[in-house]
Amino acid sequence: MNRKSLAYPYMIWAGIFIIVPLVLIVYFSFFVDGQFTLANYTKFIEDYYIAAMVRSIGFAFVSTAICLLLAYPLAMILAGKEMSNKSIILLLVILPMWMNSLLRTYAWANLLENNGVINNLLNAMGLPSVKFLYGNGGVIFGMVYNFFPFMVLPIYNALAKIDHKLIEASYDLGANKWTTFKKVTLPLSMPGIVTGIIMVFMPSLTTFLITRLLGGGKVMLIGNIIEEQFTRTGDMGFGSAVSMILMIIVLITLGIMSRKGALDEEGGLF
Amino acid sequence: MKRTVKRLLSLVAVGAMGFSMVGCSSEGENGKVVVYNWGDYIDPEVNDLFTQETGIKVVYSDYANNEEMYASVEPGNVSYDVIFPSDYMIEKMINNDMLQKLDFSKIPNYANIDEQFKNLPYDPNNEYSIPYMWGTMGIVYNKTMVTEPVDSWDILWDSKYDDQIFMYDSERDSIMVALKKLGYSMNTRDKAQLEEAKQLLIEQAPLVLAYVGDEGKNKMINGEAALMLAWSGDAMVMLQENPDLAYVIPKEGSNWFVDGMVMSKDAANVEQAYQYMNFLCRPDIAAKNAEYIGYSTPISAARELLPEEIKNSEVAYPDPSILKKDNMEMFNDPSDIISLYSSIWTEVKASN
Amino acid sequence: MKWIKRSYVSLILLIMYAPVAVLMVFSFNDSKLPIWKGFTLDWYSKVFSDTGIKQAILYTLIVALVSSLIATVIGTLAAMGIHRMTGWQKRLAINVTYIPMLSPDIVIGISLMMLFNVLHIPFGLPSLIISHITFSIPYVIFAVMPKLKQMNYNLYEAALDLGASPWYAFKKVILPEIMPGVLAGTFIAFTLSIDDFVVSFFNKGAGVDTLPIKIYSMARKGVNPTINAVSTLMFATIIIVLVVSNLKANQKVKEAKMQ
Repeated sequence: MNRKSLAYPYMIWAGIFIIVPLVLIVYFSFFVDGQFTLANYTKFIEDYYIAAMVRSIGFAFVSTAICLLLAYPLAMILAGKEMSNKSIILLLVILPMWMNSLLRTYAWANLLENNGVINNLLNAMGLPSVKFLYGNGGVIFGMVYNFFPFMVLPIYNALAKIDHKLIEASYDLGANKWTTFKKVTLPLSMPGIVTGIIMVFMPSLTTFLITRLLGGGKVMLIGNIIEEQFTRTGDMGFGSAVSMILMIIVLITLGIMSRKGALDEEGGLF
Repeated sequence: MKRTVKRLLSLVAVGAMGFSMVGCSSEGENGKVVVYNWGDYIDPEVNDLFTQETGIKVVYSDYANNEEMYASVEPGNVSYDVIFPSDYMIEKMINNDMLQKLDFSKIPNYANIDEQFKNLPYDPNNEYSIPYMWGTMGIVYNKTMVTEPVDSWDILWDSKYDDQIFMYDSERDSIMVALKKLGYSMNTRDKAQLEEAKQLLIEQAPLVLAYVGDEGKNKMINGEAALMLAWSGDAMVMLQENPDLAYVIPKEGSNWFVDGMVMSKDAANVEQAYQYMNFLCRPDIAAKNAEYIGYSTPISAARELLPEEIKNSEVAYPDPSILKKDNMEMFNDPSDIISLYSSIWTEVKASN
Repeated sequence: MKWIKRSYVSLILLIMYAPVAVLMVFSFNDSKLPIWKGFTLDWYSKVFSDTGIKQAILYTLIVALVSSLIATVIGTLAAMGIHRMTGWQKRLAINVTYIPMLSPDIVIGISLMMLFNVLHIPFGLPSLIISHITFSIPYVIFAVMPKLKQMNYNLYEAALDLGASPWYAFKKVILPEIMPGVLAGTFIAFTLSIDDFVVSFFNKGAGVDTLPIKIYSMARKGVNPTINAVSTLMFATIIIVLVVSNLKANQKVKEAKMQ
């Protein structure tokens, strides 16, 4: 029960339903009407496409960082001893995800718009209105909100597993709270953090709906460009090429990070 | 956690089984018709009425826009009998040999369609399509925020209205507005004219509060912005909700559209499809749909059955002379220009 | 300290539930638009008369349930297998697993549609379930992986030394250790499935629409509050079951303590 062969069903699955479709996408990106061409890739070399790529990676990075900063304390509180009903609270954090995300995003737009509920409340308290939507702030907020539970779950699972005796031992040996956190809790929860980062960073890179509804359609991210190529423009070749470029950039970055030891010793992210 | 998750999953399972009771009897006594339509673009009672009258079951699916519909129909995975594309998409589907010619002798109610909606450019000889709904594009504005008379696209470039303008998040409609403002045809293939349009949209971008989709309607009713590019059907809804709003088709001309019914080439239930199309052209049924949807019906006899305020609305039913103006155009098949449109749009959006 | 923790948790819950509350409020609104016009129960009665919506709920639940369970089984086994791998094999397996996470939904949706077309997989429930399994598995794998890393393998070896069969040792030693990760994986898979629109849209069959497809395709005209009513009903059911089961569990604990 402890063999590499356990992964075989998945590898067959991945071969048919991940690799073959990927090959199709690669094919579309290089062949237009059966003719080999690099046109779809050279087309990407335009200021505004490259800017969108850089912006997307930046946004995904920022929202992942915010998710991590918000989720870690929450996971620690929930994994701590004094909280009762912790599994119920954890479920409560995640359950809103079962409501359709389009509906939830509409609802946020409703709350946050210039004439929305929150600004009306602010005005009623004598405070000036804030322009939450129609820009970068709205987009990052939407990403954090939508993917937050994917960060909480794995970190909570990693923290809940930590043996409290280790932490007590650290105190007994004279370490203060901060040192204990830095030297014991944080390293032991690292696998959960890494998973959380993957689960937030990757989907944030490709989202397109949040950009439109909370960014007022004024922020162009790579997910929007790809989506537009497939659904509106019908330019599958270019859409496929952009998608490949995104994938390759991220995989190479991860590869370099793991070489430099920033990630795990075994390559990949683990 | 473990127990709770188990409970939740079993709850879901029970729910699924419960609902499967309501599930799907596969076919009516007289067969079925497979219909693919825009979401919420028919009065739900109409399909039930059709089944009651004819014994034909309606297998119904939704799509959100023409392009997504096209992408999912084109590979031929699923054969739909009746589809509801817009004008330019009908033309594109005809060009790509995806539709079959209709036998109008099987659609006697086609006679109810107004002459104005026959022989339109996307289907010049009336061979493939039947008009279902139609509308125009114009500006909705809030009279409390815009006191000057509105009659031109120019107002969408007026810096007085900085951060009070909603444009439509669609390259085609935005470029149409810019081209019309410049006095060109919205179907132009002239690169220089399109370049001018692009510069105009880049110039406008800082004034635009948001490029909205459907959600713009609600925002406009709430007074979130002063001006918005809008379809007449949506304008009807907005004007009903907020009497401060008004709709105008600018004098430089605009886009008008028809959503039609077509039969796909590989339709499996041809006879039933004819019955379905014929049913939707019956005045009482067309009126029911027009009232539910809020768009305009191409059947005058159906219009007569609508409530006064809709029947006589100049938003839904502008004076027929307006549609006849040269500067009122329909989109034609954009396949050859769409990738240029897309890069123009990306550049406009990236400009701020 | 305790009140700081409590208020932090409450604040997060407040933010998570703010839009849910908005949705619920508008399910009772006497207007098609999200602008308050007065109280009504009309949308709820429409839920029960609209066969399209009822069918959509059914398909959504079936697809989510079946796909998340299959993804959990394949994904958990895969995580265990990949965990045992080393070097290039492991790197390859992990990078392949990143692919669906890094592909925009639209790319997954369209490429799978073409594949199913070639393989003659019927469009309808089978194609929906397969496509949902495909985009869910990576999340299951990455949810289970950290638990495997934290696990002490000597325990498993010890069980084998003591004569346990591999299956028995798996059930009694490994599974309990990784269970939180497995459940998290199932949960995420289920969540992704009931929320997916793009992949489903391109891989559905005639008449087989899921709830998200219904919702998104209403977008041009504005989402009908019947959908809010459906969501509220589903959500309320889940919360009630959760609270009741929790109360019962607490009661049992108390009774046990009394004795």
